Amino acid sequence: MLAWILLAILLVVTLYPFVWMVRTAFTGNHEIFDGDYSLVPADPTLINFRRVLGQTSVAEAIAAGGSGAELNFWLYLRNSLVFTAVVVIGQVGFSATAAYAFARLRFKGRDTLFAVFLAGLMVPPIFTVLPNFALVRSLGWLNTFQGTLAPYLLMTPFAIFFLRQFFLGISPEIEDAATIDGAGKVTVFWRIILPMSGPPLSTLALITAVFAWNEYLWPQLVGKDDGVRLLNVALGVFRQASPTSSPDWAGLMAAATLQVIPVFLLLLLFGRKLVNSLGFTGIK
Amino acid sequence: MTTVAAPPRRPRAAQPSRRNRLRSGDAPVAWLFLLPALAGFVIFYLVPTVRGFWISLTDWNLLSDPEFVGLDNYREMLQDDKFWNALRITAEYVVINIGSQTVLALAIAVLMDRLTRSVLVRALIVVPWLVPNVTVAVVTLFMLDRNVGFVNHVLDLFGLDPQAFYGNSDQAIPTIALVNTWRNMGYTALLFFAGIQMIPRSLYEAAAIDGAGEWTLFRRVTLPLLRPVMVLVLVVSIIGSFQIFDTVAVTTKGGPADATRVIYYYIYQKAFNEFHMGYAAAMAVALFLILIVLTLAQMRMLRAADSDLR
Repeated sequence: MLAWILLAILLVVTLYPFVWMVRTAFTGNHEIFDGDYSLVPADPTLINFRRVLGQTSVAEAIAAGGSGAELNFWLYLRNSLVFTAVVVIGQVGFSATAAYAFARLRFKGRDTLFAVFLAGLMVPPIFTVLPNFALVRSLGWLNTFQGTLAPYLLMTPFAIFFLRQFFLGISPEIEDAATIDGAGKVTVFWRIILPMSGPPLSTLALITAVFAWNEYLWPQLVGKDDGVRLLNVALGVFRQASPTSSPDWAGLMAAATLQVIPVFLLLLLFGRKLVNSLGFTGIK
Repeated sequence: MTTVAAPPRRPRAAQPSRRNRLRSGDAPVAWLFLLPALAGFVIFYLVPTVRGFWISLTDWNLLSDPEFVGLDNYREMLQDDKFWNALRITAEYVVINIGSQTVLALAIAVLMDRLTRSVLVRALIVVPWLVPNVTVAVVTLFMLDRNVGFVNHVLDLFGLDPQAFYGNSDQAIPTIALVNTWRNMGYTALLFFAGIQMIPRSLYEAAAIDGAGEWTLFRRVTLPLLRPVMVLVLVVSIIGSFQIFDTVAVTTKGGPADATRVIYYYIYQKAFNEFHMGYAAAMAVALFLILIVLTLAQMRMLRAADSDLR
């Protein structure tokens, strides 16, 4: 019984900030500063969402306690979705072929090369961010999608490691049979290995999506312009635009709520899969 | 870096004839399969790593050509109080974050294991981890606000004085550390939970027949048998924890009074606010070396843990 109470407390602590975020998003700024802490706002309003989405005049927004800054939400949402989708497809796809080569194909220097790839895990991202920024800048790719995407698109050492582990576990007899029937390695990979690898590939795709959605340092460095700005970056900018003396809390919480909706959808659609597979990935 | 419960590696000696037959035949296909990933690795990992070391030996503002200055950046770094301060508060952050996160995650994992297999509970506990750092930073900034924050409202109900949290130079680092503990503990708990599922149930039953209580079961069965998983998770969590940046960038920006200028943030400021690329790279090299030493030390612990079990 005591244990149940403990677990319940932990769950409340885990979730309450989000409840409060949503609650505040429907509250007028003046109520926040009046010190009303009831769970349901006395006078619920949509004004915060409307002004975050730019559906109010500047005067209206400022009257509601905002800075007049709007969040070009739909544009940033599109940018974030494109970014995440391309990163997931590129990383998982290219890492899968590479992982297969490392797991099953025989060529000179394979194990050495794999060890070098793995060593890439040790390099802290900030270390490569400096030269990568210089590279992207000299290519003229600042504030472009290719600049924002480039470092993520082709591989991560983790993805290759993760899929290689799975491919190693597939019985080689299955492939041998196909090889004897005259199938080439590409056919074997495409027709036999990939169809067998649904679970690990989708697990990796989900994790990659969560990580891509969370990326901040690099996108805010190379993707400042509106046309390529991600939601994360936009929320950071929106926070900076909020006056420090009396912050536009209601507006910020409305923006944060909008930012969390896609996460909520992900959990709703893939919750079981996500929860059951996350336990078997030891990386953040 | 780590896959808990990875399938065992197949012994390679079991297929000598295949190896000879296929060695030459596979090479063209193999390089084709590797090409995109290899290009990505060389362009965005390997070359930048080498280039990072080179930049650390130069004076460079990104606009003019880099000028070779030998070890000057490193000399300057060793005498830079801000650098040492950044390392100190980063270490403080890591200790508080990893310590609290590990204990809480372990508690959650054991509670879930003993009480419920519910997918819903596990899904709810992992919610903060699915939300981006930036969002978590903004939400907690509000929750912990000195004047209108909900946490101060609760403190007030208990008759305690309001706290500034992010805004107090003594509290800022513990605050950021605990906020990220809150964000990550559910995820870490899932890793531990998966580890606990691999412990044979018969061990618990046998110990229970011998009259062992919950605490003894935890101390004598769960904890020792979970150790390999715990070490793996710790290796990865600690490296990740050293990379604290997002929360600082969104909330305190290194303040108040440098109290939260962690090493990642200091490197970032030097490189992209002051354009001292060489100096920033030298600090990145230092961070790199620290992480390598830590990882190697932990790998030794891991091997010790392995031999303990098998």
